[in-house]
Amino acid sequence: MPSDTSIVYTPRSEGSPSIRVIRPPSLSLADLAGHVRSLTRYAGLIYTLSEHRIRVRYKQSMLGVTWAIVQPVGLMAIYTMIFSFVAHIQTNGIPYPIFVFTGLVPWTYFSTALTTGTSALVSHSNLITKVYFPREILPLTYVIAGVFDFLIGSSLLAALMVISRVPVNANILYAPLMMAILTMFVVAMVLILSATQVKFRDVGLGMPLLLQIWMFATPIVYPLSAVARLPRPLGWLYRANPMVGVIENFRRTVLEGMAPDFAILGVSMAVTTVLLPVAYLYFKRVESTAADVI
Amino acid sequence: MRAERMIDLRFDRVSKRYLIPHETEDRGSLHPWRRRLRSLWRPPREFWAVREVSFAIERGEALGIIGHNGAGKSTILKLLAGITTPSAGEITINGRAAALIEVGSGFHPELTGRENVYLSGSILGMARSEIGRKLESIIDFAEILEFIDIPVKRYSSGMYVRLGFAIAAHLEPEILLLDEVLAVGDMAFQRKCLDRVRALRQAGRTIIFISHDLNAVEALCDRVLLMQRGEVIADGPPGEVIGQYKALATKGTTSLFPSMGPMREWRDVDAPGDRVVRLRRVRVCGEDGATMSAVDIRNPVGIEITYDVLEGGHVLVPNVHFFNEARLHLFVVLDLEPEWRGRPKSAGRYVSTAWIPGNFLSEGSVIMGTGISTLAPYESHTYEKDVVTVRVFDPMSVNSARGDYTGPFGGVVRPLVSWNTYVSCDGSSTR
Repeated sequence: MPSDTSIVYTPRSEGSPSIRVIRPPSLSLADLAGHVRSLTRYAGLIYTLSEHRIRVRYKQSMLGVTWAIVQPVGLMAIYTMIFSFVAHIQTNGIPYPIFVFTGLVPWTYFSTALTTGTSALVSHSNLITKVYFPREILPLTYVIAGVFDFLIGSSLLAALMVISRVPVNANILYAPLMMAILTMFVVAMVLILSATQVKFRDVGLGMPLLLQIWMFATPIVYPLSAVARLPRPLGWLYRANPMVGVIENFRRTVLEGMAPDFAILGVSMAVTTVLLPVAYLYFKRVESTAADVI
Repeated sequence: MRAERMIDLRFDRVSKRYLIPHETEDRGSLHPWRRRLRSLWRPPREFWAVREVSFAIERGEALGIIGHNGAGKSTILKLLAGITTPSAGEITINGRAAALIEVGSGFHPELTGRENVYLSGSILGMARSEIGRKLESIIDFAEILEFIDIPVKRYSSGMYVRLGFAIAAHLEPEILLLDEVLAVGDMAFQRKCLDRVRALRQAGRTIIFISHDLNAVEALCDRVLLMQRGEVIADGPPGEVIGQYKALATKGTTSLFPSMGPMREWRDVDAPGDRVVRLRRVRVCGEDGATMSAVDIRNPVGIEITYDVLEGGHVLVPNVHFFNEARLHLFVVLDLEPEWRGRPKSAGRYVSTAWIPGNFLSEGSVIMGTGISTLAPYESHTYEKDVVTVRVFDPMSVNSARGDYTGPFGGVVRPLVSWNTYVSCDGSSTR
């Protein structure tokens, strides 16, 4: 048998710069910058894995990528029937289907990324015990796959708005801000939940119920004005939900052409800004021993 | 500053502690919820897989790590690869390290071979452009050109392993960590893998190799660490350290059953038996007569019994009882050799050896009890249980009963039997 000579290993260059020190986990905010920097070296892996998520999700389904549309459209139809025809929810003159769809597009992104991302570590236990890479990449790629679905959903929303002749003004330029806050919040939640699920599988089991409650605690099927009269402690609790500011303002700027309600958006921003670094630290802490317990 | 040799890798008093939760404490009276809550706040048991280990590897060195199961070898590798973090101490790595703990890491069954090359390659740390450049060479190396665009779930295990190793062989890490991965595939492929590792060595890469295959370690490494119970107990040239390991194994300290080894001897005063016969020594040996604590599944294994006959005139039949790790009684062998069958032994020392053929015992530890009896009328002169033990291992080299299969293999024995297949012409008439 001819020995193959297709691979020639080059002698390694002297003075390679990549010295790595592994120590017992010690957690400080200063380390976070280092973690983020090391993520940039894994850009290729993040890209490949995210592409892989999208590819696998639709690979053996007949409708393929169409599912990213079918789901929010189906929900739109159901909610229109229940909340418009039966419950007669008032939406300030906006046609109910497009009103609810505008809320459903970011919500679907949130709930899909959360559901799939939460089991990211547990479903890759064979990888986690065999290869090293920053583990946050796993939940992150599910968020990225969710962005992909969100873009498809938004295109459909744009088409619906054109058909229904919804006027658009410059305030729509605020929409990316809302998406940025939403994405940061999703990332924080996914980091916390996926890390917690390593030890407590209850998280995954409780997820459908949590999301159901969360959805109705967010102004998706009804406008924010409908809950203006909530009694005090309940009202505060309601507004502490970061999703309220994100969804309400997404609809305000995109559909109603109004400037964002910065008071309520401020809550979302504040919660997210505090939560994200805490979530990352917590995740890193769990990560250091994840391979031992998963 | 003097130009010293480059240190690629340094372990500085590294320890790794695992916490084992108390959970299976079966107290029937407690509700399962309460039991679970209890296990949450009861301090877990500690287990130190690696304890205060220090060593340094110079650039271009090939280091082997040997030791019995549970000695901490794999934990060292996992620490090096960053899969888990140390509980104390510090590890310094100078260079890009790639760990090969399992071939085919990160394969997804639904994706095609080509897609998996990208996926697995980037998980192992290759850049996308690098993978694109090497794709053709990888497919070549794995010899699966015609299957590269079908999902890997339809691959045979051989194809799967070949593709996995082909990716790994193209990694070009500065430090390569290998864990027993060479023990897969057929002979030709194994040789190909070893050639790859040698080529890496010649290119001056640093290699850490963890294996049970002492021959491979000796052939590949220029320095060997011997580990026992989480500590490094020897560090030196391969021949020396491997010799030490073998000596250790003979003493029986590395067995799964610590009170037993491959050899047991009794002094005059405590030799078991009766007025007729006394057991003096039992040992497990290979064909070359050397005492062995581990035996290749393909090779015959001998159980040698040395006994003193004190009172002549009895027909004495040595026998050996075999048990597996689960203490299941596997079988019994009696000495029925024609030469001594039915023939009384006179006083003196005798040595009888039972030969168990290769390709018969299953993988794992086998425990033996030995006795000496007279069969008709039946009288047991002595029977000692749990006398010696031997570990049977399969080096996964295709000519055992496993063939090309490397997964879990059940059964209390593992005979290699002959098969016979012919093409049936009258298949349709059997209805």
